[in-house]
Amino acid sequence: MKHRGRFGDYGGYYVPEVLIPVLEELEEAFDRFSVDRAFVAELDQLYRNYAGRPTPLYHARRLSEHVGFQVYLKREDLLHGGAHKVNNTLGQGLLAKYMGKTKLIAETGAGQHGLATAMIGALLGMETKIFMGVTDVERQSVNVHKMRLCGAEVVSVEGGTGTLKDAINDALRYWTSHVSDTFYLFGTAAGPHPYPTIVKHFQSCIGKEARRQCLDQIGRLPDMVVACVGGGSNAIGVFAGFLDDKDVQLIGVEAGGKGVATGKHAASLTAGRPGVLHGAKSYLLQDKDGQIIDTESISAGLDYPGVGPEHSLLKDIGRAQYVPADDEDVLDTFGLVTRIEGIIPALESTHALAHVVSLKGKLDPDTVVVVNLSGRGDKDVGIVEKHRPLKDSRKQ
Amino acid sequence: MKSYKEVFADLRHEGRAALIPFFVIGDPDYDTSLAVVKAAIDAGADVLELGIPFSDPIADGPTIQKADVRAMRSGMNTHKACEFIRQVKRHKDIPIGLLLYYNLIQQYGAERFFKDFHKAGVNSVLVADLSIDDADEVLVPAQAAGLDSVFMVTPNTAPDRMKKIASRTTGFVYTVSLLGVTGSREALSNSVDGLVRQLKDLTDVPICVGFGVSKPEHARTIADAGADGVIIGSRLVAMIENHLEQPRQAIEEITHFLGEIRKTLAAN
Repeated sequence: MKHRGRFGDYGGYYVPEVLIPVLEELEEAFDRFSVDRAFVAELDQLYRNYAGRPTPLYHARRLSEHVGFQVYLKREDLLHGGAHKVNNTLGQGLLAKYMGKTKLIAETGAGQHGLATAMIGALLGMETKIFMGVTDVERQSVNVHKMRLCGAEVVSVEGGTGTLKDAINDALRYWTSHVSDTFYLFGTAAGPHPYPTIVKHFQSCIGKEARRQCLDQIGRLPDMVVACVGGGSNAIGVFAGFLDDKDVQLIGVEAGGKGVATGKHAASLTAGRPGVLHGAKSYLLQDKDGQIIDTESISAGLDYPGVGPEHSLLKDIGRAQYVPADDEDVLDTFGLVTRIEGIIPALESTHALAHVVSLKGKLDPDTVVVVNLSGRGDKDVGIVEKHRPLKDSRKQ
Repeated sequence: MKSYKEVFADLRHEGRAALIPFFVIGDPDYDTSLAVVKAAIDAGADVLELGIPFSDPIADGPTIQKADVRAMRSGMNTHKACEFIRQVKRHKDIPIGLLLYYNLIQQYGAERFFKDFHKAGVNSVLVADLSIDDADEVLVPAQAAGLDSVFMVTPNTAPDRMKKIASRTTGFVYTVSLLGVTGSREALSNSVDGLVRQLKDLTDVPICVGFGVSKPEHARTIADAGADGVIIGSRLVAMIENHLEQPRQAIEEITHFLGEIRKTLAAN
């Protein structure tokens, strides 16, 4: 491998030997095509005309009034497919095409990455297989249906808790046996090198745009940028625009589930410790022996015991802070934002919003907070209805 | 303690490839697992490969994954695995190669891990998700503890990388017969012949072949290709899975199967 793929001591490529040549090939192709003029031009066209970039930066007026400071939403929820995931699937899908691969595989939790991959598989005419935990297949059935409509095969993964982690395990195993013609389109900024670097590269358009939009619309940089963190791709994408702006506070919000104290959560950075999973060294939720433990979150997309290695470094060096948001607060915030802004946020992104709402009255009124609204919540309406039936919320 | 060197030298003298069964430690429970491993030794195993179960075994197919789950459910962990090995060694002194995933070593502490397991009777530790590029993270403490090194080579490993792997191997090269995860296969991959020959040109350390080996004729083919050992895992683990209610029957089947392989390997 040409690069080590390290973020401090984190990252690397801890994989079985059989995957080393494949990751080498991927690294080489990424180094070459990410600066190739034809590739960059084609991706740019697709970003604009297929996905809908640039996305707006919206000053959420009523939400700002509610919390007492200025909240701006980076509207990744308006992208084709309903989430930031398409930034990465277009980038990697095109990379697969330029590499001459004919088949795509991907893992998915909430189904957003699976759907974004299925769309790109259809767009590029590539056979697509999506690995999804059996629990997630059940709780995200709308996305499963959409993936199938796009022509993808959805493989229901039975192992473990039937969530994202297990889907990644099986996708990696499948890839091991089909390395020659299959491209593994990894969905988050985790996994073995070069994936964290590739995913950050393709997601960094979020942060670059948001930074420019802040300067254009407000005339200055924000004070704080907030994003939810599961594997951490939307967070690293928006953080990427502000990493060098030392005065901009970066906050990642993890899935607090039933509360970090209960042990039923997915807050790897808040409550985990460093270890090796899925090819990278990073913060993990594990028992004392190093066995990975089960996670719990109302949002399938954050239900993951690990996190992208760069977030581990950002935490250790203090460049970003990571905090949890509990399911109950997330559900409250979902109701609030929908009611006062007319925007239905994905439960994942609602974690970031929940943290912002928790800061109500604690910040100066001029404070500018950018929240990455990474996805829309249509897929979650059923889950929310189960926990907060509509007739009750009407009384509020 | 019997070394790989002694065992493989004896076998070369005998003109026979080593029979190397693999089991997950504690599958389906401690006592049955110990009885199975002892039976495998009595059936003629020359070397043992033993795996410590892990929650996310990405290099393993469904058969071994399920064994990992069974073992973990019955309480197997790194400390108990160490005790297990001590007990196996008390039954008979044959070389033991340990197979596991990196996080278990990290959390135990590399230095202490290698010291404890060497003391328990392990000859080498193969880390399924640690490549030669990062091997220094474990090689230094492993060698300090007196362990041999074992690395994997796969059909898509480039020639110079193969050379590098062979040069850092002191135990044996674990040659993966196919592109894929562990598991029984109907037919043996046709890349075995070329791989073994290539490796034989590069190194004098023993070459053992595993993954997908599930029939006596597979073992024969591997031995004929010039390999020094045949590693059989999933097929044996499946016998345990098939007789969870009658462990005695699993032991009988395993004994019989290993006996046949052993006979095949001896028939030169």
